[in-house]
Amino acid sequence: MSAGTSYRESTARERIARFFDAGSLEEWLPPSARLSSPHLPALGLPVAFDDGVVVGAATLLGHRVLFAVQEPAFMGGAVGEVHGAKLTGLLRRALTDRPDGVVLMFDTGGVRLHEANAGLIAISEIQRALFDARRAGVPVVLVAAGANGCYGGLSIVGRSADAIVMTEEGRLSVSGPEVIESQHGVEEFDARDRALVWRTMGGKHRWLIGEADALVDDAFGPLREATVRALATPVPIDLATVRAAHRALERRLRRFGAMDDAVEIWRELGLEDPEGVPMAEVAALVARADTIREHGRG
Amino acid sequence: MADVEQLCRDLFPEGHSIAVRDGRVTGRATVAGETIAILGTVDGALIGADLAFALAGEVLDIVERAPGITILLLVDTGGQRLSRRDELLGNAGFLAHLAECFEVARGRGHRLVALVHGDAVSGAFLSVGLIADEVYALESATIRVMALPAMSRITTIPIERLESLSRTSPILGPGPAHYARLGAVEAVWRDDEAAQALRAALSRPPPRGDRRIALGSERGGRTAAAEVLRRLGVEP
Repeated sequence: MSAGTSYRESTARERIARFFDAGSLEEWLPPSARLSSPHLPALGLPVAFDDGVVVGAATLLGHRVLFAVQEPAFMGGAVGEVHGAKLTGLLRRALTDRPDGVVLMFDTGGVRLHEANAGLIAISEIQRALFDARRAGVPVVLVAAGANGCYGGLSIVGRSADAIVMTEEGRLSVSGPEVIESQHGVEEFDARDRALVWRTMGGKHRWLIGEADALVDDAFGPLREATVRALATPVPIDLATVRAAHRALERRLRRFGAMDDAVEIWRELGLEDPEGVPMAEVAALVARADTIREHGRG
Repeated sequence: MADVEQLCRDLFPEGHSIAVRDGRVTGRATVAGETIAILGTVDGALIGADLAFALAGEVLDIVERAPGITILLLVDTGGQRLSRRDELLGNAGFLAHLAECFEVARGRGHRLVALVHGDAVSGAFLSVGLIADEVYALESATIRVMALPAMSRITTIPIERLESLSRTSPILGPGPAHYARLGAVEAVWRDDEAAQALRAALSRPPPRGDRRIALGSERGGRTAAAEVLRRLGVEP
């Protein structure tokens, strides 16, 4: 797909312009505010005047939302002190602004190692603020469709949202392939085997086992529509809901825990031609697997 | 101090009863006459899908069987389990579920207090420590995102430079004192004074809301975050 229609190949600002309703955008702390990392210059590294994340308010198909969109090209979308505080502040604004929802478009390796401690703490603060927004009745949706994937602590934060919208090219995982390979060797995970990466961490597998709630093509129209649908189904934070999620995860461990590869899991789910899943059209896969796939929250 | 049996003997002079198995510790203890729940990982356990799931089950049991009881998280984890199998199963979902179980406990009136006594590393620390209302750490504990040699390899910053920056920069340097300056650790306790410090901490009213950015700013370790929040119209 060309950069004009592909979410994955777009920059953060292109994504915002094409994702939200034309003329509805209001950016908070834009680059003219000159809020950049105070820590990168000490390491001789360049800064960005938005610290790699754009936050603000907009409408999405008429729904009032707050948004945060990470810039994939700046430090791999990683979270530093300022970047993280923009995300936390945005989610806290949801408590007073009462939007119809918050849309988080993560495209990230996780913690920015150059600001390691501040990044990790910020990710915890983002998670707390996300839970507070949900508790206050503001649904939060993660769009995981970017070039970097959604890795590290932000994958845990993203999975704490009400719903996750993915493309098959999007990836969601705590540890990245390179990290696993560097710790345990190429036998454990060959990070250069792109097919292995997609089928282990990619959107199709995540949707099939219930880590993601919607799977759509890498194009703005389908992503917009899936996000609006996800905003309409908030998940309460209560005992009955986490009990149901617990049963769903127990079932996942029981059904798939001994399996070594995604293809085995897809066969166990009852998909005909599991080997053909990576090549299948998204719409066709969704049509034939929607009733047999697993769900993460029961 | 990573030996959890010894830690509990030192920490709970009024009595305790714990079970240690499969990388986790569970039980009850008495502090200042009150019964609290004990939950955590041991021996630097790496947290993958199975352990996160088991811990989540323990949280739900506490919530159902002992409503409102204070939960003390004993933190000793080497981080998330790095394996193909755990990521195939969706470790993010398991760790997020664990955090959400704690969030439900918080919402139902459980006070969540964490004590880092061994290692606290990266992503797993989010779900078994930083999710608490208050985090304390023993002086001997280790808190970090990544070991400096690995950090040097990935960032291509020379190790000597990282080591020297780590000594002075709470943003980069590992250790409880740095996390305290950043506002994520309420206080660092001397190992031999942990029992008294815990009793004193639990006798104070629990903090309301997430004050870590404000605390980091007051302590001078992390000031930019508070500035961002203020400029977004939010009280740090």
